[in-house]
Amino acid sequence: MPVGVTVDHIQKQFAGGFRALRGATLEIKPGELLALLGPSGSGKTTLLRLIAGLEVADDGIIRFDDVDAQSLTLRERGIGFVFQHYALFRHMSVFENVAFGLRSRPRSTRPSSEAIKNRVNDLLDLMQLPDIGHRFPAQLSGGQRQRVALARALAIEPRVLLLDEPFGALDAKVRHDLRKWLRHIHDKTGYTTIFVTHDQDEALEIADRVAIFRTGQVEQIGTPRDLLNHPVNNFVSEFLAETKQRSDYSTLAS
Amino acid sequence: MTEIQLKDPMRDPIGWKKEDERPRLDGGPIVAGLLISLTAILIIGIIGLPLFAVFAAVLTAGAAEISATLTDPDTLAALRLTLLIAAIAVPTNGLIGLAAAWAVTKYEFPGKTLLMALIDIPFSVSPVVAGLVYVLLFGAQGLFGSWLDAHNIKIIFAVPGIALATLFVTFPFVARELIPLMQAHGKLDEEAALTLGASGWTVLFRITLPKAKWGLLYGLLLCNARAMGEFGAVSVVSGHIRGLTNTLPLHVEVLYNEYQFKASFIVASLLASLALVTLILKSAVEYFGRDAEATNPIIEAQN
Repeated sequence: MPVGVTVDHIQKQFAGGFRALRGATLEIKPGELLALLGPSGSGKTTLLRLIAGLEVADDGIIRFDDVDAQSLTLRERGIGFVFQHYALFRHMSVFENVAFGLRSRPRSTRPSSEAIKNRVNDLLDLMQLPDIGHRFPAQLSGGQRQRVALARALAIEPRVLLLDEPFGALDAKVRHDLRKWLRHIHDKTGYTTIFVTHDQDEALEIADRVAIFRTGQVEQIGTPRDLLNHPVNNFVSEFLAETKQRSDYSTLAS
Repeated sequence: MTEIQLKDPMRDPIGWKKEDERPRLDGGPIVAGLLISLTAILIIGIIGLPLFAVFAAVLTAGAAEISATLTDPDTLAALRLTLLIAAIAVPTNGLIGLAAAWAVTKYEFPGKTLLMALIDIPFSVSPVVAGLVYVLLFGAQGLFGSWLDAHNIKIIFAVPGIALATLFVTFPFVARELIPLMQAHGKLDEEAALTLGASGWTVLFRITLPKAKWGLLYGLLLCNARAMGEFGAVSVVSGHIRGLTNTLPLHVEVLYNEYQFKASFIVASLLASLALVTLILKSAVEYFGRDAEATNPIIEAQN
């Protein structure tokens, strides 16, 4: 079952003194595809890392359903994390990369090697990457690496899927294709999904709801149509203005 | 689609790195020729010739003399001790160096800069000082001297002292080799492994170590070369007891001081051969390690 995530007045200051998050608050519904959108340095990636458990908040609380995430280990959180530059293990084949999460489980909960093999191959098929299991990450194109990274994150059947600028490192054409395809994968798998982007089009096109970030706080959260039609302030409307002028969003979810 | 620009050209996987656009910095063939011959002459003259002289001196000795020296009980004892010390120092410093490199590169903690500076001390301090420090600590008049004496534990003028002095002197090799390597690798892969549910040990054995293995091996070989060849620090703590606390380098000196020049050259060439073996292994590691490292970026650039 997908879980809902509650982020409640989270504060995070880094060692250098930079305050990445200043009381950010938002709620992600189970099974939702949520985009965190905002300029660089607005705290989106930091929030993602906090949810994953890679950073610890100074103040505030993150809940997975009703459980305080602080009480959960990284493994218990069940996070599928797709990093901005994929962080594929370059010394392992694609197959081993995808199998890593399952192989790392304690013996009592580890699937048999036959089950692992089937799961990995199913995922590679789902990613439209059959027959590349034996290759190494360096032998793949950017778009293929992106999909392997997603397969690796999905292999552990995550309770929450987190993607940090998943398309940032790809060229425009590939990015556009993968965007639609991510939406397709989400609809098929139903995982609660949060992805970070600074690209307005990307967020508005595929997310159920979008949270607009500014200097460590959530300015507004709502459906793409809400944000475009009823921005709460100038920042939101100006941030989305560029998009509004050049695209027609009549087909957006409301 | 054309109005959508890439946010950051550095990330552009296509057509960014063009090797032939790099400016020429070599100054032309004449400068290159001069520099290469100068370097070659210096290396051959300063390093190659003396090494050759050691082996040449051995060749002037008869086969009987060579075999007599090499089968001499004191020489064999020195060889055994040298190998024992290397067998203690190399794995120990391998583990400690790995732990130190891991701590320094993967975590932020107060005093990190100080720790990094401490790692370098054996490189910057004279080995004689390193030996003396252990005498001050564990010698008869030393800090723990009377306690050790009361419990009948011998460190100075015994094998433990030699092992400690060697550990000190060879400490930085593995850590120094691994730190820049692991810094360059960053902690992204480790974080990815953690989010996938891996335990700390799994991360170490399946991510960190495999990625750093060539650097680790290289550091271990350098550590080994120095452990077998160390003279100064070991000389202070050894006591030069023949057949007991003489390592090969010390044995060479003893023979030399006793005007047994031929014998000392023969033992020296034995020591040099050990070093040469290490050197050959090191070159092999460099060759294969570079190969393994190099394949990735080259293919990546083509994508």
